[in-house]
Amino acid sequence: MSDLTSLTIAEARDGLKKRSFSATELTEAHIKAIEKARSLNAFVTETPELARAGAAESDKRIAAGAARPLEGIPLGIKDLFCTKDVLTTAGSHILDGFKPPYESTVTRNLWSDGALMLGKLNMDEFAMGSSNETSFHGPVINPWRRKGSNTPLVPGGSSGGSAASVAGRLVLGATGTDTGGSIRQPAAVTGIAGIKPTYGRCSRWGIVAFASSLDQAGPMARTVRDCAIMLKSMASHDPLDSTSVDLPVPDYEAAMTGNIKGLRVGIPKEYRIDGMPAEIEALWQKGIQWLKDAGAETVDVSLPHTKYALPAYYIVAPAEASSNLARYDGVRFGLRVPGKDIISMYENSRAAGFGREVQRRILIGTYVLSAGYYDAYYLKAQKLRTLIARDFEDAYKKCDVLLTPTAPGPAFGIGEKTDDPISMYLNDVFTVTVNLAGLPGISVPAGLSSDGLPLGLQLIGKAFDESTLFRVGEVIEKAAGLTPRPTPWWET
Amino acid sequence: MSVDKDTVRRVARLARLAFPEERLEPMAGELNRILAWVEQLNEVDVSSVEPMTSAVKVSAKMRDDVVTDGNCADEIVKNAPLGEDNYFAVPKVVE
Repeated sequence: MSDLTSLTIAEARDGLKKRSFSATELTEAHIKAIEKARSLNAFVTETPELARAGAAESDKRIAAGAARPLEGIPLGIKDLFCTKDVLTTAGSHILDGFKPPYESTVTRNLWSDGALMLGKLNMDEFAMGSSNETSFHGPVINPWRRKGSNTPLVPGGSSGGSAASVAGRLVLGATGTDTGGSIRQPAAVTGIAGIKPTYGRCSRWGIVAFASSLDQAGPMARTVRDCAIMLKSMASHDPLDSTSVDLPVPDYEAAMTGNIKGLRVGIPKEYRIDGMPAEIEALWQKGIQWLKDAGAETVDVSLPHTKYALPAYYIVAPAEASSNLARYDGVRFGLRVPGKDIISMYENSRAAGFGREVQRRILIGTYVLSAGYYDAYYLKAQKLRTLIARDFEDAYKKCDVLLTPTAPGPAFGIGEKTDDPISMYLNDVFTVTVNLAGLPGISVPAGLSSDGLPLGLQLIGKAFDESTLFRVGEVIEKAAGLTPRPTPWWET
Repeated sequence: MSVDKDTVRRVARLARLAFPEERLEPMAGELNRILAWVEQLNEVDVSSVEPMTSAVKVSAKMRDDVVTDGNCADEIVKNAPLGEDNYFAVPKVVE
């Protein structure tokens, strides 16, 4: 294992600036790590040549004293982001062979700030899943294992390839997307940091759409600071996405002062759910104590509609997905399966191209939007969203930020939860409220389970107040004092 | 509101998903379990609540009504499974 792959983005940036190593050396170290880690199945497409060409350009720029903010930093990109002329599958068979003729705004922002692409990362099909087991390309394996066990574990989802490649030291950072917890939950169960920014902070243009009113891109990296560095580059107002906001992007790193004296941290009582494992509760209490020790005060708050968030989500998300996925018809891109007429060609292409979970959600979405049911389901769920958002507004009259667990437990084994969709959906119980209300949330590595697996704590902020999440997140990160790192058993 | 085999068949048709006969029944069961679970929303009185229409309070921006993109037909058809002369090709729809 090379030392260059265990640097943080901040350290790599400083090392490049000081010429301790070149962008080419940094990139080669990561290409080698990726080659040795193919058994993790984290990548759908590796793009070493793109990374090498970018690194050569970065080395020239560094030599000329013209380094950009992410100059020479090698990253992985979730396969949901369209990348010009590079295969983009969204983890689905139906996008076979699709090479977008355009670049997503978020990735374009990263490249114009000097970052390099090592490849496209595996994910749950169309980002529908919490374990990366719905990918057409097969499940990603979590680099973490339970103490004394070889059982392969899931890396969470849907950004499972992103989480595994960051945790396994294959990339310095990765992009993710989060519709119900798809950045924060995999970050938590792989011992890394990940933030879902406020809805509208990053452009959704060029990201394969799942549920448009909930989808948001964000960074996943090994430290809170690295996430701050990446988000600064990823976020922008974009005329190509009318929901992206025209607000200045703050200097998130400058906000990380370490000072949280007098900060009011809300503890929502509804997040103490039935059957929550004792070690999750204990970790939460530890987090509360860390923040108090750092000078914050805690306030008990109530978010009374929390229990309705998941059922509301499982109306809104499938409804929007069924509309968004109508475009996959075997005509303009991807898979086509012939039929006796045009309708059966559509039906056969979609039946062969979409996996089980995606088909299930398309059916639910089509059903709840079908004639006579709109008011009973979608409209009702959108009203629940208003109540959930109002809960947060009320809570923020008494506090500045909320602290909760990220996920109800550590990583589980592959195949353990695939038989029961609802038990799989419950993985998002702590994260999904944030998407419904459009708020930012960050997961920070905070502890290890009794089995030696990573656990995360979540901070939820006010709209567009990512700065506070980075500031408080770093305090938790330091207090936890972990540098969670799995043993590289996959290197053969 | 219970979903039966015929409903699954109808919804699958609406969604343009070919669905083998033997999977209709199991899928009806799966959908019923999920729909029964979301029924808990009925506990909440939402009669006086406005539905959320945007996740954050911002008003949509106006822009000039001008052409900013286009003239890229070859890029648009590049990924098509079947096409000719910058057209998408599909099975015959008109006799």
